[in-house]
Amino acid sequence: MAEFNKADFKGVWIVAEHRHGVLHNVSYELLGKGREIADQLKVELAAVLMGDGITPLASQLVAAGADKVYVVDNPMLKYFDDEAYAGVLAQLAEQFKPEIIWTGATAVGRAFFPRVSIKLNAGLTADCTAFELDFEKRDIMQIRPAFGGNLMAKIVTPERRPQMSTARYKVFKALAMDANRKGEIVKPEIKFDSIKVRAKMTDFIQELETTINIAEADVIVSGGRGVGSGDNFKIIRDLAQAINGAVGASRAAVDSGWVPYSHQVGQTGKTVSPKLYIACGISGAIQHMAGMQGSDVILAINKDAEAPIFSIAKLGIVGDLFEIVPALTERIKKG
Amino acid sequence: MDIVVCVKQVPDTTDIKVDPETGTLKRETAGTTMNPFDMYAVEEGLRLKEKLGGKVTVVTMGPPMAKEMLKIAIAMGVDEAVLLSDRALAGSDTWATSYAVAQMCKKLGYNMILFGKQAIDGDTAQVGPSVAEYLDIPCVTWVKKVREVSETEITVERMMEDGVDVVKATLPVALTVVKEINEPRLESLKGKMRAKKYEVPTWSLADVNGDPAMVGLKNSPTRVAKSWSPERKFGKAEMIDGADAAEKADKVFNRVKDLGFIK
Ligand SMILES: Cc1cc2nc3c(=O)[nH]c(=O)nc-3n(C[C@H](O)[C@H](O)[C@H](O)COP(=O)(O)OP(=O)(O)OC[C@H]3O[C@@H](n4cnc5c(N)ncnc54)[C@H](O)[C@@H]3O)c2cc1C
Ligand SMILES: Nc1ncnc2c1ncn2[C@@H]1O[C@H](COP(=O)(O)O)[C@@H](O)[C@H]1O
Repeated sequence: MAEFNKADFKGVWIVAEHRHGVLHNVSYELLGKGREIADQLKVELAAVLMGDGITPLASQLVAAGADKVYVVDNPMLKYFDDEAYAGVLAQLAEQFKPEIIWTGATAVGRAFFPRVSIKLNAGLTADCTAFELDFEKRDIMQIRPAFGGNLMAKIVTPERRPQMSTARYKVFKALAMDANRKGEIVKPEIKFDSIKVRAKMTDFIQELETTINIAEADVIVSGGRGVGSGDNFKIIRDLAQAINGAVGASRAAVDSGWVPYSHQVGQTGKTVSPKLYIACGISGAIQHMAGMQGSDVILAINKDAEAPIFSIAKLGIVGDLFEIVPALTERIKKG
Repeated sequence: MDIVVCVKQVPDTTDIKVDPETGTLKRETAGTTMNPFDMYAVEEGLRLKEKLGGKVTVVTMGPPMAKEMLKIAIAMGVDEAVLLSDRALAGSDTWATSYAVAQMCKKLGYNMILFGKQAIDGDTAQVGPSVAEYLDIPCVTWVKKVREVSETEITVERMMEDGVDVVKATLPVALTVVKEINEPRLESLKGKMRAKKYEVPTWSLADVNGDPAMVGLKNSPTRVAKSWSPERKFGKAEMIDGADAAEKADKVFNRVKDLGFIK
C-alpha cells in the first residue's frame, strides 16, 4: 500500500442520496452534523451529488449547509447502479482527498459504500448513530449499535483515510434551510470509460401497500400477536389513519401472514425512530425492541401488566386492545 | 454452475435474555449458530443448483468450532463445505474479512456467490459487496427474488425502502439475499447422516494465497475503541388508568396531545 500522510486529507464530505428526483432527508441531516465537525476542524464541508439531470438539486445542498457541491451529472448515473456510483465516488475521493465521507445507512448507501471503501483501502463503519471528534488526532469516533442494538461500539479508523461511515437517518439534526447561503458548485472530470457497470437497474416497482414508509414515519401504530388475525388489523390501520401514522408490526404478526414483511419492526425488520410509537398487543421481545427503542415516546397497550414492553414505554395502558384501540381512534376523530 | 455460499457463525440470539434490572444483555446464555440470514442464501444456492445443475459449496472464515455450523448446510444438502481458519485472521474487520473470503472464492472458482443480507452480530451488511469489489464482479444487494437466470445472466428483484428495483446482471455475480426470497428447507435425514461423517476441509491463509498484511486486527482499518451496553430508557411507564376504555382513551389522548402529536 502506498505511503500516505494523514495531513494530506482534508474536508468533510456528505454523499447526497436521491430517489426519483427528490433528495433524501438523511442527506440534510448529515450536512447538519457535517457542518459542526467541519467547523471544529476548520475545513470545508462538501456534498457530492451524483445522478442524471440532478444539477438543480445542488442549490438545496448549499442551503442545507454545504460550502461546495461536487456535481456529477451524467446519463450513466440515471439509475442507482452500485458500480457506477462507487466508481465515480472513488475517483472523486482519490482526486480531492477528503478526510471524512458519510452517507445515509439506507438501502442505497449500504450497498455501494462498501465497494468504495475497498477501492480506497479505507475502512467503513456501518449504520452510525453518533459521531464524536478527537480533535488532537483528527480522528472521528464512529458510534454504532451492534447485536440488534444490544451493544454499542465506538469505532475508530486511526491509520487510514478517508474515514468512511454510513449513518442512520432521523438521528442527526438538519440545519434550517437558508437560501442565502453561498456555496460553490463544481463539476469535476470523471473518467467514465474506466467504470464497468455489469448490474443494471431496468425497472422500478413502487410498493403500494406501504403508503407511508415506516422508516420515515413520525408516528407508527404497530400490532403484534395480540391483534389475533389479519382482519383484526383493521383497528390498527384505523388508528394509524386517524393519527396520520404508518402501520408497523411485530414479527409474530408478520410470520402469521397478517401484515406484509415491509411493515416489520425489529432486528430482522426495519429500525424505526418515530416521534410516537404505539405498540398494541406486542410483548416487547428484545428483537422487537431493537428496532424501535430509539422512538421518542412509546405508548404500550397490553393486557398483561408484566409485559416487558412497559419497561421501555413512556406511557402504558393495561387493557384489552380491542376496547382501547377503537376508543382511542374515536377520541382522536372527535378531536 | 459453481455456486459459493458465504456463511457466518454468530451467537444464538434466540436465547439472549435481557437482564430486567439493568436492561443489558445476558451474554453467557448465548450459544452459536449459523447467521439466520445465511440460511436463505444456502436455500437459494440449492434452488439455483436444482435449476441449473452444478455444485454448491459453503464457506466460512472463522474459528475451528465453526465447522459444526457448516455441517448445518451439509445436512441441508450442499455439496461441500470449507473453513478458512488461521491465527493471522483474528480480529479482522469487514475490510479484512472480505479480502480473506474473496481469496477463498478465488481458490474455489465460482459463477455465483451468495451472501446473507447481514450478520446479526455485527449488523454491517458490508462483507457481500466488499467481496464483490475485491473480485471485481458485480453485486446486487437485498435480493428478494430471482426472476430469471441463465449461465450468463440473471434478473433479480432488489428490495429498497420504497419498493423494488429490477436489476439485470451478468455472471459471475454476487448476491446478498433477504428473508423474503425463500423458505429454507429443513435438514434431511440423509443430509444429517452425511453431515455426521463429513470432514470439513480447513484451509490456512497460505492455502488461499492470502497476504498476511491484509488481515488481522493489526491490518484492519477500523478498530473497536470501546463497546458497552446501551443505556436504555428502562424504567416504569407512566400508567394510564380509568374506569373504562373510553376514559383511558380520553386520558391518553390528552397526554399524547400535550406531547404535541395531535394538532
Ligand atoms: C433472530 C431473531 C430475529 C427476530 N427478529 C424480530 C424482529 O425483527 N421483530 C420482531 O418483532 N420480532 C423478532 N423476533 C421475534 C421475537 O423474539 C418475538 O417472538 C416477537 O417479537 C413476538 O411478537 P409479539 O410481541 O407480537 O408476540 P408475543 O410475544 O406473543 O406477545 C403478544 C402480546 O400481546 C398481548 N395481548 C394478547 N392479547 C391482547 C389483547 N386482546 N389486548 C392487549 N394485549 C394483548 C399479550 O399480553 C402479549 O404481551 C426475532 C426472533 C429471532 C430469534
Ligand atoms: N467470516 C465470514 N465468513 C464467511 N462469510 C461471511 C463472514 N462474515 C460475513 N459473511 C457473509 O457476509 C454477510 C454479511 O455479513 P456482515 O457484513 O458481517 O453483516 C453474511 O450474511 C455472510 O453471508
